[in-house]
Amino acid sequence: MAELNDELSESLSGEESSKEETGGSETKEKWYKRLRKGITTSTSEKREMPEGLWSKCPECHYICTTSELKENLYVCPKCNYHHRIGSEDYFEILFDNKKYTELFDNIQSIDFLGFTDLKPYQKRLDEIHSKTNLKDSMRVAVGDINSIELVVACMDFEFIGGSLGSVMGEKFSRAVDYCIQNKLPFLVISKSGGARMMESAFSLMQLAKTSGKLSQLSDAGLLFISLLTDPTFGGISASFGMLGDFNIAEPGALIGFAGPRVIKETIKKDLPEGFQRSEFLLEHGFLDFIVDRKALKSKLTTLINLIEH
Amino acid sequence: MPQYPNRQFLDFEQPIKELYEQIDQTKKLAEKNSKIDYSQTIEQLENSVFERRKNITAHLTPWQRVQLSRHPDRPYTMKYIDKMLTNFIEIHGDRNVRDDKAMVGGLGELDGETVMVIGQQKGINTKTRQLRNFGMANPEGYRKALRLMRIAEKFNKPVITLIDTPGAYPGMEAEERGQGEAIARNIYEMIRLRVPIICCIIGEGASGGALGIGVGDRILMMENAWYTVISPENCSTILWRSWEKKEVAAEQLKLTATDMKGFDLVDDIVPEPDGGAHWDYDLSASILKDHIKKALNEVRDLTPERRTQLRIEKFGKMGHWQEIG
Repeated sequence: MAELNDELSESLSGEESSKEETGGSETKEKWYKRLRKGITTSTSEKREMPEGLWSKCPECHYICTTSELKENLYVCPKCNYHHRIGSEDYFEILFDNKKYTELFDNIQSIDFLGFTDLKPYQKRLDEIHSKTNLKDSMRVAVGDINSIELVVACMDFEFIGGSLGSVMGEKFSRAVDYCIQNKLPFLVISKSGGARMMESAFSLMQLAKTSGKLSQLSDAGLLFISLLTDPTFGGISASFGMLGDFNIAEPGALIGFAGPRVIKETIKKDLPEGFQRSEFLLEHGFLDFIVDRKALKSKLTTLINLIEH
Repeated sequence: MPQYPNRQFLDFEQPIKELYEQIDQTKKLAEKNSKIDYSQTIEQLENSVFERRKNITAHLTPWQRVQLSRHPDRPYTMKYIDKMLTNFIEIHGDRNVRDDKAMVGGLGELDGETVMVIGQQKGINTKTRQLRNFGMANPEGYRKALRLMRIAEKFNKPVITLIDTPGAYPGMEAEERGQGEAIARNIYEMIRLRVPIICCIIGEGASGGALGIGVGDRILMMENAWYTVISPENCSTILWRSWEKKEVAAEQLKLTATDMKGFDLVDDIVPEPDGGAHWDYDLSASILKDHIKKALNEVRDLTPERRTQLRIEKFGKMGHWQEIG
């Protein structure tokens, strides 16, 4: 589990990998003669562009303003690449007038085992708490989408790779209870590297804990939709991620049990293009459909209406 | 179990190997020289072997337990089936893709009671290790396990699972056939299965691959088995970025039977013969059988509804968090 360690470390350090284009690097013979050397503007006079004003698509390198990207629900206007977004963005995309009530937001992780790898687990938690507003890797909210009341649990990859630990398990369980009490459908948006290693066997047991709660949800005759987004691996796909009445995904999302790097090391071969992408899973029969982020809200509404009327 | 020259020794078992060598030499001397009585010396040496075995298991580090759980002479699932059950009939195939040799199962009698036993199987030499895929099941293995559980449910027979896997197989075909879905489905269905399920980790209990046949009314764990979310080696590679920290990872993960019992994540520890299960197959199997029967008796009379409810509560309690404000 949590095989996506490269991505995990990326998200831990808060850096996005960026590839610089290196076109036209060969030196041509100049037709002019430079009188003064290079750029003469002193550092103090340099004008800074505000950070995060522009965004470059990692897939097609199309550049647009971040506000344009946001308007487009963080989907590349040119190639339809779905940027990774967090719970806040999904809640705003889905809920009518961006209005929702967050549930169980007082539950926080503790370092029960005193786990220390390169950093103590508690320190890791404290650092993320001070850097972000997130309390853990999953947030639960209730609200209306096109006037249908719905409970949405959404992961944040920023928080230790969206890893599944005791807190996610407990929030998931309480969300199911809330659905049963109020007879509401349940949507889970997954984005996770897998189980949280720093909680050892406790994190593994969350697979059984969450699956048990889904059994109760099912007995209550309530709808459970599992939306898988980039990336979803390990313990999530080996539990509730794959147990939806409907398993759906965003286009191009990497979804699997073992991470691509682990598989590559095991079979000592390169993996085919598109391996473990949403389209691959659809082809092999593990997804019901793939849905564009821009169509997500309306398609969910249609689906829920079809089931409930 | 294999006799001395064919016996394999781990690095911390070397002192025992030396004792065996001494016994061997003394026996040879005795053959050559029939006038001197060596029997007392041999007996003393054999007693020292017993002492050593006791000492070794008394002071094991978590990593050494991991090594013991993978001991090449350790009894595997089929060995326990052979020693614990009578009239065993192996059942094959998932009725869909193929028969996964890493996952075995079948019906047999446990002191007169018909039970369905399912477990991962490892090989005992290079050829059978490959055949058994080192105990790493593919999705069809988990689906075969579920098919067997369904048979048990239909005919109202208890299910016993013996867990011994370094993990579910991380291969390309495994992903194509939905490794995640297969494990998820098993976990879900095992919560709801109407008949008693007793699970026992007999060796390695790695992650989802173990939990895929590891949900039940009672979870037992053998003294030198380990059970956690990831193997210490892989944990070391990911969190420490080096294969070298596996000993530290094994400590940090708190993966031993004592730890797991302390956390209430398993119900009972099954003791092993001094030095580990590989020293006495018959004794290991008979202790395991007693513990399985005891566990089975505790949960036999529940109604199916109550059983499911208790399983949901059992796993629902697992986890630690804090509530603020």
